[in-house]
Amino acid sequence: MADIKELERIASQVRRDIIRQVHLCQSGHPGGSLGNADLLTALYFEVMENDPSFNMEGKGEDIFLLSNGHISPVFYSVLAHRGYFPVKELATFRQINSRVQGHPTTHEGLPGIRIASGSLGQGPSVACGMAMAKRMDGDDKTVFVLTGDGEQQEGQIWEAALFAPHNKLENLVLIIDDNGQQIDGPTDDVLRLGSFEEKYKAFGWDIMHMDGNNMAETVKVLKEAQAKRNGKPTCIVMKTEMGKGVDYMEGTHKWHGKAPNDELAEKALAQLEETLGDFPAG
Amino acid sequence: MLSLDKLQSTGKKATRDGFGAGLKAAGDKHDNVIMLTADLRGSMKSEDFINTYPDRFVQCGISEANMMGVAAGLATAGKIPMTTTFANFSTGRVYDQIRQSIAYSDKNVKICASHAGLTLGEDGATHQILEDIGMMRMLPGMTVINPCDYNQTKAAVQAIAEHHGPVYLRFGRPGWPIFIPEDQEFVIGKALHLHEGSDVSIFATGHLVWHAVEAARELEAEGISVDLINIHTIKPLDEAAVIASAKKTGAVVSCEEHNKYGGLGSAIAECLSTNQPTFQEFVATDDTFGESGTAAQLLDKYGLGVKDIVAAAKRAVAKK
Repeated sequence: MADIKELERIASQVRRDIIRQVHLCQSGHPGGSLGNADLLTALYFEVMENDPSFNMEGKGEDIFLLSNGHISPVFYSVLAHRGYFPVKELATFRQINSRVQGHPTTHEGLPGIRIASGSLGQGPSVACGMAMAKRMDGDDKTVFVLTGDGEQQEGQIWEAALFAPHNKLENLVLIIDDNGQQIDGPTDDVLRLGSFEEKYKAFGWDIMHMDGNNMAETVKVLKEAQAKRNGKPTCIVMKTEMGKGVDYMEGTHKWHGKAPNDELAEKALAQLEETLGDFPAG
Repeated sequence: MLSLDKLQSTGKKATRDGFGAGLKAAGDKHDNVIMLTADLRGSMKSEDFINTYPDRFVQCGISEANMMGVAAGLATAGKIPMTTTFANFSTGRVYDQIRQSIAYSDKNVKICASHAGLTLGEDGATHQILEDIGMMRMLPGMTVINPCDYNQTKAAVQAIAEHHGPVYLRFGRPGWPIFIPEDQEFVIGKALHLHEGSDVSIFATGHLVWHAVEAARELEAEGISVDLINIHTIKPLDEAAVIASAKKTGAVVSCEEHNKYGGLGSAIAECLSTNQPTFQEFVATDDTFGESGTAAQLLDKYGLGVKDIVAAAKRAVAKK
């Protein structure tokens, strides 16, 4: 049984790390990162079989790919606390000569990253390739890939959406972060996305829903998706709140890609319990 | 050592046929070679591979962007994916996917691109890409290869399967003279010296190597000694071979079925301007799109014929 309280404690530290990374360099994307702290914590600390000693091919492991690479602060914090690289490296986020780049990359050799992301819409295709390779190799593990909801406006997304069910990639789980916000405003105003459920169902996917800011539910749904093998890929439509955990950032696109100043960073950190120890500020 | 008298056409086959034969050979040797295509399996002459290894063939449909991503995923898991479609849809259409998911991500993907250049013919300019070498050459870490005949293409496919890293392999549609010996070793990044000479250096890639051979025969008959070098690997360029030849002859011609901007000619000019400044003539398309026509008509109209290489060589020699 998952220790939900412990996972929530980890997620609280991850949220602190997000604020502190972005605040230190005065750059980055806190909103979506905060919204996904529970998801990534659940995946890396409870759901996935993953090896922090890291090998690129990931044979015999569950795989997570981050397609919406701009929420890199949450990815880095979770990878660091899971043991992929030293937590103190988080202090180098977005700074010169760092492995902790603005958007995730394999190029600087940061353990845990399998594909560069940032230019949106590419992750699901890569995940299809990894899922297909697992099947070829007789590896029964699962490939998870996260995209933003605004990211679903990219055309390549729908090429992959056709490809996965056609190829019966039942070991593939696509998670859509349905927070209703993108950089220019609510998704409904920018380019209406309509029903993910109806769209993906029509393309031949199984659909699941979850509240991605409810740890118990997130763990439960992810484990169900991970265990499912019925000839179809799975799409989880995940409701989250952008900025979750920091009152003045919640539910608005305004903190999508903006760093808090000293005062607001302090205000944010006062709302987030330090549970695993903050990384040194460098 | 090769020389003009040894470079005789033994028949015609398309370089894409060489791709198919090379793919089968690479697939026989490496069980992790995977072929992907975007609804153009018939054009890629790869039925032998597909029929032998149906489980290692991935049909992506008309979704080139997705194909590049799937290839990146397969490579991440240790496969050697070879994507196949026309050169236009292998490069410009999917530049960002190649840039981020393949080149920047250091993925061992082989982008195998057929129907490059004017010789695609009747389909016209929408399909005749003349900018692809330039685009691919600009990507850090990308190897760019444009073989010249069936035998060289077949050998190149086997060589790229052994090479770790992203590769752009460019070949073509029409039947074309086979003149490189079947047993000629193919070394990525190593220029192939076709004929030793002293008055003018002719550097050629792809289909135009045959035209350069024919041009060299004419020039030699007129008493102009030609140092003829096949640059099959445009990146990394065999700079030592280029510099040594230019130093010897003092006059250079570059020949390619590509825009004069960004391709082989540019690569040679960049190399020589730093190391061995030399007069250079460019046999290439002159910053233009193509049009419908037969391969022969188009090569003639756009200045890529044997006579154009002969004229360019004489201009280069006259400038010395």
